[in-house]
Amino acid sequence: MSSEMNDSGGVVITKMNDLLNWARLSSLWPLSFGIACCAIEFMGAFASTYDLDRYGVFPRPSARQADVLIIAGTVTFKMAERIKRLYEQMPEPKYVISMGSCSNCGGPYWQHGYHVVKGVDRVIPVDVYVQGCPPRPESLIGAILELQKKIEGERLVG
Amino acid sequence: MSFEDIKLLLSEKFGPEVIIGEETGGLQPALLIEPLRIAEVCLELRNNPKTYFDFLSSITGVDYGIEAMRFGVVYHLASIPYQTQLTLKVSVENNRDLDNLPSFPSITSVYRTADWHEREAYDLVGIFFDGHPDLRRILLPDDWDGFPLRKDYKTAEYYKGIKIDF
Ligand code: SF4
Repeated sequence: MSSEMNDSGGVVITKMNDLLNWARLSSLWPLSFGIACCAIEFMGAFASTYDLDRYGVFPRPSARQADVLIIAGTVTFKMAERIKRLYEQMPEPKYVISMGSCSNCGGPYWQHGYHVVKGVDRVIPVDVYVQGCPPRPESLIGAILELQKKIEGERLVG
Repeated sequence: MSFEDIKLLLSEKFGPEVIIGEETGGLQPALLIEPLRIAEVCLELRNNPKTYFDFLSSITGVDYGIEAMRFGVVYHLASIPYQTQLTLKVSVENNRDLDNLPSFPSITSVYRTADWHEREAYDLVGIFFDGHPDLRRILLPDDWDGFPLRKDYKTAEYYKGIKIDF
């Protein structure tokens, strides 16, 4: 937009649907919540090298302000209840990224892990899975781009 | 103080029956102590200026297996000023019945650190500590059934409606 247009009050025409989707996918605020080793890569993705802020991804300390819950780590049965509650506390629309083998399917604890939930999707619905133990920050960024694509295709009605 | 000196010191103070035996085969020699007197022994080893074991490195609960019908606890003591270490072991026979947990005196009155260590041994192996101020589960949820690190533990099918097995 040129400064001239700004001065005279420019007009943008778009569909309500696209506007909402654009707003949602450009400011995906995750909850700052990490459970095990995967959380280290999750934190790395926010640090200066990868800087997830570039995508409008900016961690929030409260579930009430979060749009996306990134499950980064081993989900124990004790933690599963807390995760469910955090998910329920988030306002709609909400999304979940399952980061790492543990949260996808139990990871290294799939066989003898009496205390590990074999996949966080047994507790809450998951939108995007990221494989790896742990996944690199690039993979997490990939998952966020994937989630953005998913949101782009959402429709207000029907 | 050497291992032999400590043995001598303990049997002079409490009588020879307090030391049931010793294990010297491993990397670190261990003293087998009469279970009911473990707290007094620890108190003496901590307070005596010659030993001064002022630090409890760890407490481990042991299930000796289904045939052995025996449970034990291993204490690793360390003396920071003398830079020495000592291993103590106690064990009792037990019929593995969940209503009849193997029991040992708590040493929380000697080492405050023992509090959480004993809770962990209770939580995972099912060992009761007599005189512990607050013996609750520490890692697993409060309503968990059974003690998972016991040799005869069977994983339940569900926990609160969530399937446990893969
Ligand atoms: S998937 Fe691997 S790195 Fe991630 S929490 Fe599990 S064990 Fe740790």
